[in-house]
Amino acid sequence: MSSLTLTGVTKSFADTRAVDDVTLHVPHGSFTTVLGPSGCGKTTLLRLIAGFLVPESGSIAFGDHVVCGDGVRPVPPQTRRVGYVPQEGALFPHLDVAANIAFGLPREARGTQSGDRVAEMLDLVELPADFRSRRPDELSGGQQQRVALARSLAPQPAVVLLDEPFSSLDAGLRGSTARAVRRALEVTHTTAVLVTHDQNEALSLADQVAVMRGGRLVQSATPSEVYLSPSDPQVAAFVGRAVVLPGIATAAHATCALGQVVLTEPSDGPVSLMIRPEQVYVDLAHPEGERAGVRGTVEEVSYYGHDCAVQVRLADGTAVLSRMSGVLHPAAGDTVHLRVTGLVRAYRPAEAP
Amino acid sequence: MPLAYVATYVVLIGPSELWQLLARPRIVELLRNTITLAVACMAATAVLGVALGLLVERTDLPGRRLWHGLLVAPLAVPAFVNGYAWVSLDRSVHGFAGAFVVVTLSYYPLVYLPVVAMLRRLDPALEESAWSLGHSRARTFRTVVLPQLRPALLGGALLVGLHLLAEFGALSLLRFPTFTTAIYDQYGSTFNGAAATAMAGVLVLLCLVLLMGELRLRGDRRYARIGRGAARGATPLALGRWRWPLLGAVGAVVALAVGVPAFSLLRWLVAGTSTEFPLAELGAALGSTVVLALTGAVVTTLAAVPVVWLAVRHRGWASTVIERSTYVANALPGIVVGLALVVASLRLVPVVYQTAGLLVAAYAILFLPRAVVTVRAGLEQAPVVLDDVAHSLGSGPLETARRVTLPLIAPSLGAGAALVFLAISTELTATLMLSPIGTRTLATEFWSASSELRYGAAAPYALLLVLVSIPATVLLMRMDTPAAERLPA
Repeated sequence: MSSLTLTGVTKSFADTRAVDDVTLHVPHGSFTTVLGPSGCGKTTLLRLIAGFLVPESGSIAFGDHVVCGDGVRPVPPQTRRVGYVPQEGALFPHLDVAANIAFGLPREARGTQSGDRVAEMLDLVELPADFRSRRPDELSGGQQQRVALARSLAPQPAVVLLDEPFSSLDAGLRGSTARAVRRALEVTHTTAVLVTHDQNEALSLADQVAVMRGGRLVQSATPSEVYLSPSDPQVAAFVGRAVVLPGIATAAHATCALGQVVLTEPSDGPVSLMIRPEQVYVDLAHPEGERAGVRGTVEEVSYYGHDCAVQVRLADGTAVLSRMSGVLHPAAGDTVHLRVTGLVRAYRPAEAP
Repeated sequence: MPLAYVATYVVLIGPSELWQLLARPRIVELLRNTITLAVACMAATAVLGVALGLLVERTDLPGRRLWHGLLVAPLAVPAFVNGYAWVSLDRSVHGFAGAFVVVTLSYYPLVYLPVVAMLRRLDPALEESAWSLGHSRARTFRTVVLPQLRPALLGGALLVGLHLLAEFGALSLLRFPTFTTAIYDQYGSTFNGAAATAMAGVLVLLCLVLLMGELRLRGDRRYARIGRGAARGATPLALGRWRWPLLGAVGAVVALAVGVPAFSLLRWLVAGTSTEFPLAELGAALGSTVVLALTGAVVTTLAAVPVVWLAVRHRGWASTVIERSTYVANALPGIVVGLALVVASLRLVPVVYQTAGLLVAAYAILFLPRAVVTVRAGLEQAPVVLDDVAHSLGSGPLETARRVTLPLIAPSLGAGAALVFLAISTELTATLMLSPIGTRTLATEFWSASSELRYGAAAPYALLLVLVSIPATVLLMRMDTPAAERLPA
């Protein structure tokens, strides 16, 4: 296993710049998710790392070993030592599970001695040992993905690349498969990059989240940093829901339609304030004094069981979304009081769209 | 190549001579015969194919599975064997009526099979939606089911037309002259190359009209199922008091299409005065048929691999043109391909005339589309992402081809070769024109016996031809429609 470093990687198709000057460092043994909407260039980025595509400029290095760029002749995919897990697994349909897992092992290890390695890999991805003789079409989608991961890990690759591996699974299976994959990667201290458009997947699995937009890498940070302190309001809106309100900042505070809020960093003058819905506290009682907050009328309640989303219209016409516990919640038409908890990120007009 | 030959020839002889060759009462009569029979048979097979498909797939007709097998069975009887069966049973079966009955009974499965396949793929939710919107069963059929069946129905009917334009053996036995039989007569009796080729030009034009229609339909064919989720079968319609009359009707079709040839064949095998079982000759004919068919199958399948590889993995206008041009060959009657190869070889390389090599080349031209369709289905099952995965696991291009691509397309290579093998085994027209002197195949032996009215002598060969055709029919039934729609002309 080794770290992965991309420096100024650029790739175009005809007139479209699919990957634009991307610089990213994935530390040894860590898990990075590349998050972005469809068509943002994230799969192209993965294929550049795997060696299926060659960048126009920039370099890619596994540890100290530069595999392309810097005047180095691109190392072909078959000698790059990457594990590649595409969408829906792409297991070889003519081979059973054991032969799929042993596919990338050296010829001498593929025969009878492959048994131990196959068993070890099945155990790693939490599949029973008797699955070894099953054929791919006898496996569920989640099982196929686990076998695909086992196949990519068997030859001990430098880096494992996962291309939206859970997108074809239904919601329940997606969570359990993703957790099993995460555990297997952790146990083997594998450097891994997973691309996805699913923010929950990106935030819950990774050590580092890299957000892509229009071929560019707009932020790479820990999941909580990306969520709580997105680099711009567009990232804020893409990673989770966000209430963006205009406000006037004065040092550590700002005033907006929801009253006075505390900022993450001091600022001055007109700003856009990014407030997460779960920061908007809905008071069902009618407090008075300092804790009174701002009055509003509940327009709509979307109930999800564990929590609910409450759309509130303030007296000045501003619409505000709040996320609160599903145990006790208001009904449409109720009058409620709102106030903001925690720190709020402010963007100067130049940062705002 | 055959097309280029006919086109060049027509240009070379000039318009006035061409007009002299074609503007004859005989040609007008042939044109009328050919078009009338084609239109009548296409209409009859369309009605029969859809009605039988609906009865078997969508009603509670007793024994539906058995009927399905029996209704497809005529595909295992080459049309010329069916023609022989009827003529040898009753001499009065001839002319337009005889040709209409025999051809319709031989070819209706070409409509029936794709219609059944389409009915099976139709999402019953579409019909249920129509019922829930207040449409009756009949109105739902007219407004929802029939439009979905249209591509299968018209595609099948057009194939019947193409087959009919190419049909030589059956129509010759039934004494109903069309362009194809006339071309053969011209070629055989007078060796009148000019007249034969001019008529071949008209035949090719007729085929191209049908082919254009088929390609247009193929282009806008839609998928029958929308969205995901498990497909359900449709609830069968209860026939009620119509059950037994309709069962009788289906039984009558099977009796005529399968029972008559089976009875006739058995009768000649058991009771024919000229019936004999010359084992040595039968064995020799079978042997040379197998050798020719095996060689043709290998050559044709190998030729299909690069065509398919280009079309699937390197899509572009050039690869599409190459792939499509092989389909044009599919619409060319064996007689045109045969004639083209005879004339071209005599003029350009006389040394190959009447060699097995030239015959194999004709088979490759005629049956390449079938190999292409089958091999293509296989290569599409081996998506490029599997190559990517194999590369990432350390396999170079050659190793990937050996360990991933070849094992995946091997079954389709085998199926393609098998289909071509069986098609060659029962091919009559090109074999008659091109086979080397002294080469006797099952088809040519059958033909020489039956055209001399030695029906009993023809019977063992007919039986072997039917036996050879059965595996191809079973294979086609198991494949999805696209291959089933591409039966030999």
